[in-house]
Amino acid sequence: MMDGDIRINSYDDGSVDARTGEQKIRNFNINFGPQHPAAHGVLRLVLELDGEIVERCDPHIGLLHRGTEKLMESRTYLQNLPYFDRLDYVAPMNQEHAWCLAIERLTKTVVPRRAQLIRVLYSEIGRILSHLLNVTTQAMDVGALTPPLWGFEEREKLMVFYERACGARLHAAYFRPGGVHQDLPDQLVEDIDSWCVAFPKVLDDIDGLLTENRIFKQRNADIGIVTEQDIQDWGFSGVMVRGSGLAWDLRRAQPYECYDEFEFQIPVGKNGDCYDRYLVRMEEMRQSIHIMRQACEKLRHERGDVMARGKMTPPTRHAMKTDMESLIHHFKLYTEGFHVPEGEVYAAVEAPKGEFGVYLVADGTNKPYRAKLRAPGYLHLQAMDYIASGHQLADVAAIIGTMDVVFGEIDR
Amino acid sequence: MSDALNELGQHLEQKRHDCVLGWAVAHGELTVTVALSQIVGFVDFLRVDPACRFSSIVDITAVDHPQRPKRFEVVYHFLSMYQNQRIRLKVDVREEDMVPSIITVHPSANWFEREIFDMFGILFSGHPDLRRLLTDYGFRGHPLRKDFPTTGYTEVRYDEVQKRVVYEPVSLVQEYRQFDFMSPWEGAEYILPGDDKAAPDGHVSKGPAK
Repeated sequence: MMDGDIRINSYDDGSVDARTGEQKIRNFNINFGPQHPAAHGVLRLVLELDGEIVERCDPHIGLLHRGTEKLMESRTYLQNLPYFDRLDYVAPMNQEHAWCLAIERLTKTVVPRRAQLIRVLYSEIGRILSHLLNVTTQAMDVGALTPPLWGFEEREKLMVFYERACGARLHAAYFRPGGVHQDLPDQLVEDIDSWCVAFPKVLDDIDGLLTENRIFKQRNADIGIVTEQDIQDWGFSGVMVRGSGLAWDLRRAQPYECYDEFEFQIPVGKNGDCYDRYLVRMEEMRQSIHIMRQACEKLRHERGDVMARGKMTPPTRHAMKTDMESLIHHFKLYTEGFHVPEGEVYAAVEAPKGEFGVYLVADGTNKPYRAKLRAPGYLHLQAMDYIASGHQLADVAAIIGTMDVVFGEIDR
Repeated sequence: MSDALNELGQHLEQKRHDCVLGWAVAHGELTVTVALSQIVGFVDFLRVDPACRFSSIVDITAVDHPQRPKRFEVVYHFLSMYQNQRIRLKVDVREEDMVPSIITVHPSANWFEREIFDMFGILFSGHPDLRRLLTDYGFRGHPLRKDFPTTGYTEVRYDEVQKRVVYEPVSLVQEYRQFDFMSPWEGAEYILPGDDKAAPDGHVSKGPAK
């Protein structure tokens, strides 16, 4: 018997109780996943069903566990950065952001203005990347086929923006402690801005397909209702909170980077069901575009360095080729890495899926003593048993979709 | 920001001086050290006290310090959406100690405590379902302990002959490379390979060569 095996019920062999004449009825246990297309990756749910009603739902996670936290303990701070792309691989730069913020707070580094703007711009691109994937695949889980096709076309364009900034479509490693790796070309800022003008049209198209669609509404409205008490009990964050009417957004509540000078609204839902969360995500994409356009406008005027020059960041290419000290600095930075002063810090960002945080314990060397990654999806999926119980089996797919789980960050 | 945190720290110390062993504000964050036996009551106090209302769990984790007599540090992070405040609690735990589970106060502690059990081997008393969470079914050892090798002990492959997945001891073609980039001229506390002249305590002897 395997660890975690829950088959404690005796099997129904069609036998009849001798005294009462009743047929023995047992609940049905099924495995949902790990290969199910609606499991959004490698989720194994052990479901106990009474007819079609879910009685109990036991998520088995860890099938994508790569030991990121253990690996991070034996690598330098800079070498650890690309691991963050591989957590929530739908919006890679938002994760890197948390890591950079944690290091910058311990080393008391001030990030140059232009780098902050670029970070905001790319964090919002990440948010749209994530929401586009979530909204459209969740629609696919409940039966719509076209939205993912339309949504992925736009994601492709956003990936190109990633590529033009850093050379990689997905695993960017673009945000660095002290700034961002390279400055953006002027044309890229213009292209992002013109994409922002065109994108609401696509959003309206998806809106037209889904929002008033009868099937989509029937599958999502009143499904997976989350109350304010549930949010507190289960530690929800992000859209799971805002869908229930609480205007909680770290960008506004505990501003980091330069979010406090951007104008944006925080959309909130009313009923806290899957449908409201869908609406919140759609509106958040529109707000992200609004932020991106403001960032583009600022980037046009505010020039300057994109890296805080110092021990933590490499010297300019020119300095490295002409100056011995810079060459030594470059060599030391990419072999030994920089040292982070002793201390501990928890840095959180409002990732598309909720609060993504890093708890970093530094011991003064060039490697983190311990780094804990706090993934929003981990807490959301934990509440699966609570939320899915009493729902139909078919609703499980809708609930997994609305929780926006990505196994890169949950299993770590 | 840190004024409010200092105020909060004093408030906690006054109200629950039996639980609070110490508190400090660093990097704009409040850290409170709590007695192991009092953790459940203190977490519940934080949740309901009108000045705190730390009603949602952000994170629970542990840190392994093998050299300390109380080896583990269990670290709780809480968030108050109402007061817009964060707090960090720390509990020092011996290897053989059981930590009271806070699952009765916060249901969301469930997976965090399971993960800590899985990764560090710390037991939580009162947890209803303390199974492994992230590691493989039937996994042995606690990976995030500092004495657990990064490579692990077993590796998995599909065996073409037996037509199933088999577990084998890890065999590395090349030793796992743990580079030590610390500057050798800034007091390395070890003997370099092949450095026979080094004294056994790790320092090169300063006396005249014999």
